[in-house]
Amino acid sequence: MNDSTDARHEHKRELIIFTVAEQSFCMDIMQVREIRGWTTVTVLPHAPGYVLGVVNLRGAVVPIVDLAARLGLPPLKPEARHVILVTQIADQVVGFFVTAVSDILSVPPSSIQPMPDMSGAETSEYIEGLIVVEDTTISILNAAAAAPAIALSGTA
Amino acid sequence: MSGLKVLAIDDSRTMRDLLRATLEEAGFEVFTAEDGEVGVQTASTVSPDVIITDINMPRLDGFGVIETVRKREGSRRTPILVLSTESAGELKARARDGGATGWIVKPFDDAKLLAAIRRVAGA
Amino acid sequence: MATLDEIRQVFFVECDEQLETLTDGLGELHPEADAGEVSETINAMFRAVHSIKGGAASFGLDALTSFAHAFESVLDDLRLGHISVSSELVREFYRASDHLADLVTGGGTGAETDEAILNQMISSILAMGIDKSNEPDSSEMSPESFGFQPIMLDFPGVEPSEEAYQIKFSPTRALYDLGHEPVHLFRELASMGDLETEAILPELQENDGLMSWRLRLVTTAAPQELWDVFDFVGELAAISVDVEDANRSDPEPDPDGPPDSTSVDDNSVDKDEKPSTPEVSRKAPPQKTTLRVDLDLVDSLINLVGELVINQSVLAQSVAETQFSEATRIDQALEELKTLSRQIQEGVMNLRAQSVKPLFQRMARIVRETADIAGKNVILTTEGESTEVDRTVVEHLVDPLTHILRNSIDHGIEDAQTRKGRGKPLEGHLRLSAVHRSGRVFIDISDDGGGVNRERVLSKAVEKGLVSPDATLSPADIDRLLFTPGFSTAEAVTNLSGRGVGMDVVNREIQKLGGRISITSEPGAGTTISISLPLTLAVLDGMVVDVAGQTLVIPISAIVETIRPEEAKLSHVGPRSKMVNVRDVLIPIIELSDVFSFGNSNRPPTERVLLLVETENQALTAFAVDRIYDQRQVVIKSLENNYGRVPGIAAATILGDGKIALIVDPDEITSNPANSHDTSSVGVKKKALS
Repeated sequence: MNDSTDARHEHKRELIIFTVAEQSFCMDIMQVREIRGWTTVTVLPHAPGYVLGVVNLRGAVVPIVDLAARLGLPPLKPEARHVILVTQIADQVVGFFVTAVSDILSVPPSSIQPMPDMSGAETSEYIEGLIVVEDTTISILNAAAAAPAIALSGTA
Repeated sequence: MSGLKVLAIDDSRTMRDLLRATLEEAGFEVFTAEDGEVGVQTASTVSPDVIITDINMPRLDGFGVIETVRKREGSRRTPILVLSTESAGELKARARDGGATGWIVKPFDDAKLLAAIRRVAGA
Repeated sequence: MATLDEIRQVFFVECDEQLETLTDGLGELHPEADAGEVSETINAMFRAVHSIKGGAASFGLDALTSFAHAFESVLDDLRLGHISVSSELVREFYRASDHLADLVTGGGTGAETDEAILNQMISSILAMGIDKSNEPDSSEMSPESFGFQPIMLDFPGVEPSEEAYQIKFSPTRALYDLGHEPVHLFRELASMGDLETEAILPELQENDGLMSWRLRLVTTAAPQELWDVFDFVGELAAISVDVEDANRSDPEPDPDGPPDSTSVDDNSVDKDEKPSTPEVSRKAPPQKTTLRVDLDLVDSLINLVGELVINQSVLAQSVAETQFSEATRIDQALEELKTLSRQIQEGVMNLRAQSVKPLFQRMARIVRETADIAGKNVILTTEGESTEVDRTVVEHLVDPLTHILRNSIDHGIEDAQTRKGRGKPLEGHLRLSAVHRSGRVFIDISDDGGGVNRERVLSKAVEKGLVSPDATLSPADIDRLLFTPGFSTAEAVTNLSGRGVGMDVVNREIQKLGGRISITSEPGAGTTISISLPLTLAVLDGMVVDVAGQTLVIPISAIVETIRPEEAKLSHVGPRSKMVNVRDVLIPIIELSDVFSFGNSNRPPTERVLLLVETENQALTAFAVDRIYDQRQVVIKSLENNYGRVPGIAAATILGDGKIALIVDPDEITSNPANSHDTSSVGVKKKALS
């Protein structure tokens, strides 16, 4: 059921490239369900800082993660041109708020390099690897790790 | 193959044995249950990658199984194949309306069964 | 691993068991028998013959298969109420079951049976059922159902040639909801040849914003084999398969282009997701004049009506913002639309209501079984069986109630010896009751057992570090410890066997339903556990309010009164805590903006509103809000599916403008000491008693 591991068996892996605060990131396209424009969110009390709130996605309540804040980058000021990448991670639907989506890239799995050990770097736990395209290094987002964990208990 | 966990629910022991033989041969880890109620209980303890269920069963029928599994946290999107003697046409409509991921006609053909599992769960 | 021969042995053993079930059933079948009572018997008979057929077909036992098939179809007619029990039918059934037994004994091949006799037996049994000869495809004996595929014949000597196919695949949301993952389909295609995949980003708002794919497959496989891969998703995605035409000047395939489309009729894309024929009566035959409707249809109707209500408010809002010359007429029509939508919504919601009777009957069985195992004599009485609750609530109560009842029997009710010593009746008494009260349903489970063993509960809690050893707790506090998270170690209520697993798991399940659970116990006299639940999980009457610029919904059921405080009636207690004097009763004020850290209100205190809420412990509290917008029915949406629980928030809803508003949980807010006693410690989480 894990799309990112499944896809490695394909001869090419497709990645969607997007920017967050001037930096390029990408994630497995099989995790992306749709792309939406920015809409106003409803603030959630007691939510971690990187959760902007929730939006109505055709009747479902979907949390929106400010990816910049999650990755420890300067936060993004919401504007109409920014987009939300709606992803399906196991049973959970999560929107990632990013600056823009730029491209889709098809890469052989062999070109993916593991994340170098940079202990202490805030971003590293949400990055599962790197690829180099032309002269740019693009980090592959681990969407499952970056999504907010579902808290069921009221006291948690 | 992959060692995926398959839960087969059928009230007929013959059918359970046949499914187990085919699936174990193909390298799956197989769990069986003799009716829908036991089936949904087993589903919650073993978290199968695929569920194969008969339709007509005592206590809880196959559609009841689908309904329960689809409502439960963590298994809402578990692939469920229904196994039935109905002809393909009517089975198809009933299965999809009931929330099944796919369907297999009974008696099943080994190759078709395995192909169906591959199409819904990768395997 | 069992060999096919071994399984065949199992099959014949099973056949004997099925034949026994069949004979037992026949014994209960007579024309005077009550239709309701024999319906389960008929179902069991049907399943028995059905199983024989299924197994026989698997082993290619044709005679047995076709006879069982005929027998089954008549049993099906009876099961669905198309025919009724007559002495003639019962006679024929006996004959048929004897013949079935003969076939089984003969090895199922029909070798000993003359084909003419078999056919005669088949027509004789079929004559009892309704005539199906005109129905197309009524026969389940079509080659397809037996796993034989029509074979594509290759001309001898001709090598299958390689073709390049252009496939366009655009899934709908329903495809994902049924558990499909496009990647599995693509991998299956890749196994047939050389596959290139290209994801297509949706333009914003196009194709519902969903991803779609363009694939190119070079393969020797026939088009039918490609379509077979998409068999399960044929109506859940727009799919086109086109042969790449080398002679064509236009290299771009026409995604919908039928000229050289190889789509097969059976698999052709049906844009209409819902089939037009609703599924009726797929379980037991109805006992009164009711129509059985697929629950999914009801749920999708509820969702649609929910959207309709939202849409109606959007419309009303935009009309209000626009200056129309004929405003009054439009307003009138809108008012009628509002009433109508509301009525439709209520009507549809009622479709989901179900009495708790089946639930209580199921519990009665569990009580019998558990009492047997425990070797105790227990009498269960039930009250309020006709109380109606949303179907989902009923379903989700099975596990918690099972657990509570088992607990009562195992740990609450004493054994006969002890009861005798305490001067109690020898048999234990359990009472299960349901009642509607102020928009909620209350379910009580009481026993006349020994009550909570407080000494043991307390020592276990100390041992687990939930309570400090020198804490002084009231008896009620100790009883409530049973519900404290961490008091037991079980993960989920379904994993339990009924012993040693604690009530905290039950508490969690009830909370998930938007319910509350409480316990009262008297040593030596018994324990009562009370569960209060919302009547429906789908809608709620709410008051829409503004708190520091945020819109919140407060359940009307909790609100006793709304008051505009006059300055004189407010009094300060301590640095920040405030009280309001209502008819000489001092009521504590809770600032919702503090509870949710929304920042300060920008309104002067006199212009604000206090909502007097009554919560489960019967105490009154005043919630301070900035203003009241509206009072309306809202559709409840779960926050937990994609995010999780938020303290003080019960759920979310979608308002007229399409925005999400949070629904406040008054009970949770008032039961949190951080909110009522010390308003300066904002957002402090509820701590375990310490």
